[in-house]
Amino acid sequence: MTTSQLGTERPGVETEAEHVARIKKTQDPGVSRAEGWRRRGPLLPALIFMIVVTQIPFLFTLYYSTLSWNLVRPGSRRFVGLSNYVDVVQDKTFWQVAFNSVFFIVATVLISIVLGLLLALLLDRVFLGRGIVRTLLITPFLVTPVAGALMWKTAMLDPVFGIVNWILPGEGIDFVSSWPRASILVALVWQWTPFMMLLILAGLQSMPRDILEAGRVDGAGAFQLFRELTLPHLRRFIELGAVLGAIYLVNTFDQIYMMTQGGPGTDSANLPFYIYQRAFLGFDIGQAAAMGVVVVIFTMIIATFALRLIFRSFTGKEEAA
Amino acid sequence: MSTSIPQATAPAAAESPSAPPVKAKVKRRKFDPWGAVAWIVGLGFFFPVFWMVLTAFKQEVDAYTTTPKVIFAPTLDEFRAVFDQGVGTALLNSLFATAVSTLLVLLLGVPAAFALSLRPVRKTQDALFFFMSTKMLPVVAAIIPLYVIVSNIGLLDNIWALVILYTAMNLPIAVWMMRSFFLEVPGELLEAASLDGASTWRAMREVILPLVSPGIAATALICVIFAWNEFFFAVSLTAVQAQTMPVFLVGFIAGQGLYWAKLCAAATMAALPVVLAGWIAQNKLVRGLSFGAIK
Repeated sequence: MTTSQLGTERPGVETEAEHVARIKKTQDPGVSRAEGWRRRGPLLPALIFMIVVTQIPFLFTLYYSTLSWNLVRPGSRRFVGLSNYVDVVQDKTFWQVAFNSVFFIVATVLISIVLGLLLALLLDRVFLGRGIVRTLLITPFLVTPVAGALMWKTAMLDPVFGIVNWILPGEGIDFVSSWPRASILVALVWQWTPFMMLLILAGLQSMPRDILEAGRVDGAGAFQLFRELTLPHLRRFIELGAVLGAIYLVNTFDQIYMMTQGGPGTDSANLPFYIYQRAFLGFDIGQAAAMGVVVVIFTMIIATFALRLIFRSFTGKEEAA
Repeated sequence: MSTSIPQATAPAAAESPSAPPVKAKVKRRKFDPWGAVAWIVGLGFFFPVFWMVLTAFKQEVDAYTTTPKVIFAPTLDEFRAVFDQGVGTALLNSLFATAVSTLLVLLLGVPAAFALSLRPVRKTQDALFFFMSTKMLPVVAAIIPLYVIVSNIGLLDNIWALVILYTAMNLPIAVWMMRSFFLEVPGELLEAASLDGASTWRAMREVILPLVSPGIAATALICVIFAWNEFFFAVSLTAVQAQTMPVFLVGFIAGQGLYWAKLCAAATMAALPVVLAGWIAQNKLVRGLSFGAIK
């Protein structure tokens, strides 16, 4: 039952499988060369634009990663082969920062999914002002992350004037200095919980009503219904949320920049922030580029999984393509 | 607005214990404690935003209190101060980068989505795969050559550099999202149009575009949100002339120190436009964020 819950299921809407079949049908010998170009025409500008703007810089990154090149030392540019990579692998800070990256991604995704699931279950009920509550709940995702992080650093978590310290008893705690990573995590979870909630809520609302009804008639309790019926149905949505969240969170930068500047030292820096520092404060282009390449390799591992999952969600079948 | 509300009420109504329909009416009037919980949590999540806006209307003395002040004489002084610090340029830059990049995204993305849905090209799946894969490339991996290229062609601290990058950033989302709207256009409509001898262009303009225009609007709003909030490219590639709102906010802290009321005024101005855009687009938000996979 779960295969085509996402996406193209509404009546009158072509499913992906049908769509693929139609593509196959229409493109084979019947489509003339002229027709082929006429069809391709509208696609080409976007395709060329994306190739130029996203692929060419990456090729340059690959090339720069083989250079020893410091921007502030003119004439320092020379070919050094793979030695930047050796340096990166041996750089303890790089691994520590890479660990932070993984920590921020995994912790944010997990906590946001749990909170998002709970919120979605709440919002799936009927109560007065539900639309307003939903609007309130999605707002953290919309607020400019830089502004949101600023609020967390100052108005919420400040040791003297912050709201959190006003609520908590005892001495004022300097959260951001004492627990920089946890503080950043709070700001990230605050931003991403609404995202997970929206995805899971969409899942809950696509739940076929009659199945729950049947389960209830069979005498299942609320918790049992949730575990046996709702959760399996939501699985696809939760997976999708995790993967999409991870893709967006790989680029986490704003909160770290605003709240801790990666400090103290590099304790709370992640890879984007560290690479940014190396490139724009250290001007070490070659090293920073090599790190960029390593990040891409890591990301490709997640992305391969992610793309397959998204395609499956979209097509309703694993290998429809 | 359309899809989620009617769907929403059905399973939610089923949630209440299996009472006969007559009783259900009485049930609804009863106070639902979980509704109260939802309200409390919702207000809690919203609180930092509420506090930001509230503080923006305070004098600095009212902002710096160990016991938070809720009652005070509201003032527009802080907003005035922010304007004196030159927020105008940043606002215009953000507006320009957001508007022009969104326009470009639509100009490039809508035809592309059409070519990947209703009149599909060969290798449609490959093209879709490519568009999405660009979204998965971490931006840090590209920032160094982008910086070098942009400075070599003299676009450093120039708003056009951001326009181009924001277009590239949002184009994959727009292609996928618009495609999901195109796929909802009934096939018979297209057939009918082509039987009438209408050219692809005319069919597109007169039959399809009116049908997908709500989709275009939703796509545009999503692009607006992402472009307006973007910080990494902006802080790497702009300084004074082309600074956008998030960059202005950061510079504001550096220049002014932590004057909370002023900061909150600036942050409110930075956040407000997209919060409103997002509230308007909230029912299509999921679709954009999930690349059209969830409707």
